[in-house]
Amino acid sequence: MSLFSKFDDMRAIIDSLVASGRNPFDMRFERILSATEALLEGRPCLLFGTNNYLGLTFDATCIEATVRAVHEGGTGTTGSRIANGTYCDHALLERRIAEFYGKRSAMIFTTGYQANLGLISTLAGREDHLLIDADSHASIYDACKLSAAQVIRFRHNDPEDLAHRLRRLKGRPGSRIIVTEGIFSMLGDSAPLREIAAVKREMGATLIVDEAHSLGTRGKNGRGVCEDAGIESDVDFVVGTFSKSLGAIGGFAVSDLPDFDLLRIVCRPYMFTASLPPAVVGSVTAALTRISTDKSLSARVLSHSGRLYSALAQAGFEVGPEPNPIVALKMTDKETAVRFWNRLIDRGVYANLALPPATPASLSLIRCSISAAHTEAQIDRAISIMVAVGRELRVLDPRPAKTPVHLTRSLPI
Amino acid sequence: MTNNATNIEAEIVELLAHRIPAGIHVSAQTQIVGGLGLDSVAILDFIMDVEDRFDISIPLDRVAEVQTIAELSRAIEALRRTAN
Repeated sequence: MSLFSKFDDMRAIIDSLVASGRNPFDMRFERILSATEALLEGRPCLLFGTNNYLGLTFDATCIEATVRAVHEGGTGTTGSRIANGTYCDHALLERRIAEFYGKRSAMIFTTGYQANLGLISTLAGREDHLLIDADSHASIYDACKLSAAQVIRFRHNDPEDLAHRLRRLKGRPGSRIIVTEGIFSMLGDSAPLREIAAVKREMGATLIVDEAHSLGTRGKNGRGVCEDAGIESDVDFVVGTFSKSLGAIGGFAVSDLPDFDLLRIVCRPYMFTASLPPAVVGSVTAALTRISTDKSLSARVLSHSGRLYSALAQAGFEVGPEPNPIVALKMTDKETAVRFWNRLIDRGVYANLALPPATPASLSLIRCSISAAHTEAQIDRAISIMVAVGRELRVLDPRPAKTPVHLTRSLPI
Repeated sequence: MTNNATNIEAEIVELLAHRIPAGIHVSAQTQIVGGLGLDSVAILDFIMDVEDRFDISIPLDRVAEVQTIAELSRAIEALRRTAN
């Protein structure tokens, strides 16, 4: 038995995917033409699977800030935040993020993955209990593995179930830390945060909300689903990423708790990695200013999302439960999802292929993400191609649907 | 094996009936990972069913230690004793 034989199942999956067309884990864009188009296999391709929600990757002010930062600060910091890797611009970005959220403190991490890994694993000690939504992102699950705390899953987006599981812990020592997300990355559904915050208050728990997909896309000021739900003061920690709406890479956590800065000297995923390079700090700082001053970006991405979602639902696709910048189409099985994804690329649309176990309820999905930088013509072209492929592969009835079908996790697979 | 253990195993098998693909036979020695035809997320969803049926919390690190249905049954028994 070889060292790699434990991955034989994965090898078989990849072989089968490649035999059906392309390897979704090894797509290579020859050239990125804009926030919404790339050259793929020698042809222009519409990008509907990049999480570039506000389209800021080619924003002129962000690019200028990046270039200036490289000239002034060099290509990398070559050290961690607790050694030589904190420049004044890192501290400035942290202040700007804290101000953006109206919170006392912010910490920035080198990736969004590390933000969850660091915050959750450090806060939750041996006697504590982490209660995580069952559909949590891999970074939350990995944080749980790194933590010494007891980890309990609660049923997805179910505050009653959360309360029930918290009650089971009655009498046991330790803090209760609830972890959920603003918008979930696969189906694009948002958490019932008002109800979850009520459970948190009733049970005296701590609440962490990951707004990776909702920063800049939800809330009057772009502060996510917490802002939409009016529960920002109930949230002890908001976690987020720079790699989606802010168009770069990195992560952050914000909090009002006075001891928050202690985490800087106990949080290993923050301490033992190089800090973000000046170029990224520069572009993210500029991007944060852009989203704070230009509300049209979030309005545009939500309007586009509604356009795509409604048209696909109307055409008869089973879509996620609400229109958000992630729109997921349910396929009947894995094989159909793989064929659908390949046919979309053949016809010039790149979306994400999402298969179990990376998906909730073992669903096979085509996952689209929408950008403020898309034009209405691009959205309409993507709709027309998706509908044509849907009819070709018999995912859609050849006759147009009269009533939209909304996908929920409880649907039979 | 105690009657209690037999009863717990029977309840586990009953819970699994709603989740596993047709044609899979489950016994006390069935491996949970690999033997049930369930992916890792589906196994964790099944564990939530078990928690609700027996009104206990099974932390994820405890789930990772359990390999067979019989071991899961013993873990449930132990956790019920602790809860009481």
